[in-house]
Amino acid sequence: MTDAPIELEASLIARRQSRHPLLEAVRRHPTVALGSVILLAMVLIAFLAPFLGTVDPQALSPIRRLRFPQAANWFGTDMLGRDVYSRVIFGSRISLEVGLSVALLSTAIGLAIGLVTGFSRIADGSVMRVMDGLMSIPPVLLAIALMALTRASVGNVILAIAVSEVPRVTRLVRGVVLTLREQPFVEAATAAGTGFFRTLWRHILPNTVAPILVQGTFICASAMITEATLSFIGAGTPPNIPSWGNIMAEGRSLFQVAPYVVLFPAAFLSVTVLAVNLVGDGLRDALDPRLQRRM
Amino acid sequence: MLAYIVRRLVATIPVMGVVAIFVFSLLYLAPGDPAAVIAGDLATADDIARIHHQLGLDEPFLVRFGTWAWSVVHGDLGISIFTNLPVTKLIAQRLEPTAALTVSTLILSVLLAVPMGVIASWRVGTWVDRAVMGFAVLGFSVPPFVLAYVLILVFAVYFDWFPVQGYASIADGLVPFLRHLVLPSTALGLIYAALIARITRTSMLEVLSQDYIRTAHAKGLASREVLVSHALKNAAVPIATIVGIGVALLIGGVIVTETVFAIPGIGRLTVDAILRRDYPIIQGVVLLFSAAYVIVNLLVDLSYTLLDPRVRY
Repeated sequence: MTDAPIELEASLIARRQSRHPLLEAVRRHPTVALGSVILLAMVLIAFLAPFLGTVDPQALSPIRRLRFPQAANWFGTDMLGRDVYSRVIFGSRISLEVGLSVALLSTAIGLAIGLVTGFSRIADGSVMRVMDGLMSIPPVLLAIALMALTRASVGNVILAIAVSEVPRVTRLVRGVVLTLREQPFVEAATAAGTGFFRTLWRHILPNTVAPILVQGTFICASAMITEATLSFIGAGTPPNIPSWGNIMAEGRSLFQVAPYVVLFPAAFLSVTVLAVNLVGDGLRDALDPRLQRRM
Repeated sequence: MLAYIVRRLVATIPVMGVVAIFVFSLLYLAPGDPAAVIAGDLATADDIARIHHQLGLDEPFLVRFGTWAWSVVHGDLGISIFTNLPVTKLIAQRLEPTAALTVSTLILSVLLAVPMGVIASWRVGTWVDRAVMGFAVLGFSVPPFVLAYVLILVFAVYFDWFPVQGYASIADGLVPFLRHLVLPSTALGLIYAALIARITRTSMLEVLSQDYIRTAHAKGLASREVLVSHALKNAAVPIATIVGIGVALLIGGVIVTETVFAIPGIGRLTVDAILRRDYPIIQGVVLLFSAAYVIVNLLVDLSYTLLDPRVRY
């Protein structure tokens, strides 16, 4: 009599355990799984670009101009006879490079400034006024203005976008630090004679990881869009590098004749950004239920 | 209330000050020497030095910033390098299309997104809710210019319902004016609508879990009544906040949207200025858009008192 429920429970546990943990994760968070798979595929595509049946993305072939997608040119050719498929595949490198670099750079800078302003009252007032000012310039416009100052290069694009994202990370980190500073466990650590840097390292920094990871993912997604935007209007990646924004910019004038030149990079861009956003949403739900309610 | 308005206005001064310093540094740090351009090819070093002095380019940074800020306050944004016309005039000529596009997008997005968020929160967990959330994720992922091309291909090229590109002034009649705005506003509004729908759903869910909502249901009020006059009213402040903050997305998107649809607005002006490195125009546009963004958010702050009588300043 009393054994039955226990047996049932045991069999349930057994059934649950029989499933592979990875399968279980996929069943629970299908969108996150989808995003991760797409993102992984994109990373592979970027790394293996030369081996995916591509030709030189810059190779001109005036005779084969504006060919509709076909067996020889899967995504067709552009007005200079370049193979759109090869250009789009190689373009994934730029998007991923810019997305990842901007996310790492802006979170690192934002984290450093945020920690300082969270702890130092003197720095807080002046630095946060500057950040408020920078935040009142729409990010794309800020990046455009910075790009207007410098030579077009992938490095400068990364810097310009990163600078426009820093104020938001700073504000996030500062907010976390300000609430943590008043927490009993930090007070206890200080009372127990823990040094400032040790407190910072052991108690403050670990608590900023989750929100920064989530924010970083969304920055990665928006940086990819911003890079494409900048390239599209001619203020981003130099035109000789095939990035998705550049390919679309080149296809712009002939869109009604050869829409595929614009649509293929557009689809790759949207799907990649979607994948990053799905992963970001999953991370947010998993790491911080409070953040989830706020968004 | 009046004291609050004054305090809020005073608080925007340092913010705009930082923007002004940034914008001024743009020209200060810009490569190239305007004096050399004005002097022409045959100029000697003396000529250039003389023009430097005339333009005040040999003054220290702070003095130049002061002079520049003084003229900006008086509505003088300098002269465009390429066209030799005053920047304020160039911007004024282009203001109407951009204003029409942003305002119509704002209205369209709010009218669509708020009901979507409300319905999603009402039917939370069902397929309606999932569809709205899916729309939101999609909206964050499809850049405005990508959607613009898809819309053009389907609704302008294939069905021929709307013009492929261009702009018709409201002076040309209301119907052509609106017909030209439908596709650009939809393309531009997707990401903005996604943001608003998401925040509306979240803040509605927060309110719907409150006791007074259960009381309202218990006393027999219709669902619609509870949703709109009890829940939405109380969720209005965060929604208004995101409508204000999201304007930054609209401003960033308007530049590319105008490029795709060949709309002769400030976005086109900016893109042309970037290609020609016409710094005074870039300065003017950054200053104008940032000021507009700050003012919109100031108005949103002030609207809290109307939306929520509990907020008093």
